[in-house]
Amino acid sequence: MVDTILGKKIGMTQIFNEDGSVTPVSVIEAGPCTVTQLKSVETDGYTAVQVGFGEIRPKHVNKPMLGHIKGGLANPKYKDAQPRKTLREVRTDDTSDLEMGQAIAISDVFQVGDKIKVSGTSKGKGFAGVVKRFHFHGGDQTHGSMVHRKPQSSGATDAARTFKGTRKPGHMGAVKTTVRGLTVARIDADRNLLMVKGAVPGANGGLLTITRL
Amino acid sequence: MNPIITDIERAQLKADVPVFKAGDTVRVYAKVVEGGKERIQMFQGDVIAKGGSLSRLHFTVRKISHQIGVERTFLLHSPRVDRIEVVRRGRVRRAKLYYLRDVIGKKARIKEDRSGKVVG
Repeated sequence: MVDTILGKKIGMTQIFNEDGSVTPVSVIEAGPCTVTQLKSVETDGYTAVQVGFGEIRPKHVNKPMLGHIKGGLANPKYKDAQPRKTLREVRTDDTSDLEMGQAIAISDVFQVGDKIKVSGTSKGKGFAGVVKRFHFHGGDQTHGSMVHRKPQSSGATDAARTFKGTRKPGHMGAVKTTVRGLTVARIDADRNLLMVKGAVPGANGGLLTITRL
Repeated sequence: MNPIITDIERAQLKADVPVFKAGDTVRVYAKVVEGGKERIQMFQGDVIAKGGSLSRLHFTVRKISHQIGVERTFLLHSPRVDRIEVVRRGRVRRAKLYYLRDVIGKKARIKEDRSGKVVG
């Protein structure tokens, strides 16, 4: 079985535990994922499973995608298969217990208390200065400083150039971010909800990949 | 807020909580764990603030204990809050009574609301 599921970030809230303490949780609508392709050493050179997640209206699906999902006209076996919004590949050593079209639910992958990692696309910050982007301290705001949030020196003078990798203002955020070591706090199998202790990357509504550690 | 989050929070609400607001005097029966044993501790004082919504709703109670001001913040729907009694309704003109921290004596009194109107 796979150790990964796809999900959509819903938002954060807090839940009461039995002893009355409170846990801050991120709510993720995770799964059910559908198996859309099985990759094997013979055909692809490695073993993996491709899963699909999320609803999509049929008119937004192009023909090549539909052909991929339905296994081509030659394969009437998959004529009921539904296209999904997102497809992602999950590496696994053994696909013998999986078959095309099979649904993977949260409870197939996780139990309460599992340690997990969550990947997503972080919120974009646009063109950011060095204080926000690299946590430079910045200069004084007053006393005639004239150096409020400037990057100041970008290197030695005898090099006569700026070295590659020198921290400068630029685009920040909107990149793949992974948070490791989060805990599964609660699972609501009826509504496909996964509650994870702590914060997960990205804006509400963003796609997340959740993997058991 | 997302309806799914609202659902999750609504499912954690207690069925019967008293209606009270800032300025009211309440008696909170809170569960405390001491040496592995659980007992109920009473905390009586004036509500000086109430905030949040649904399962995150919280309120702050202030009392003067041995001439020292003591404040405790409770989550209204927490399992650790056993029950709450409203002792007295107060008539106040603002939602947050943080000014009580800076005044003593006669100025720190809250007038009783005898109108009989109950607002939360």
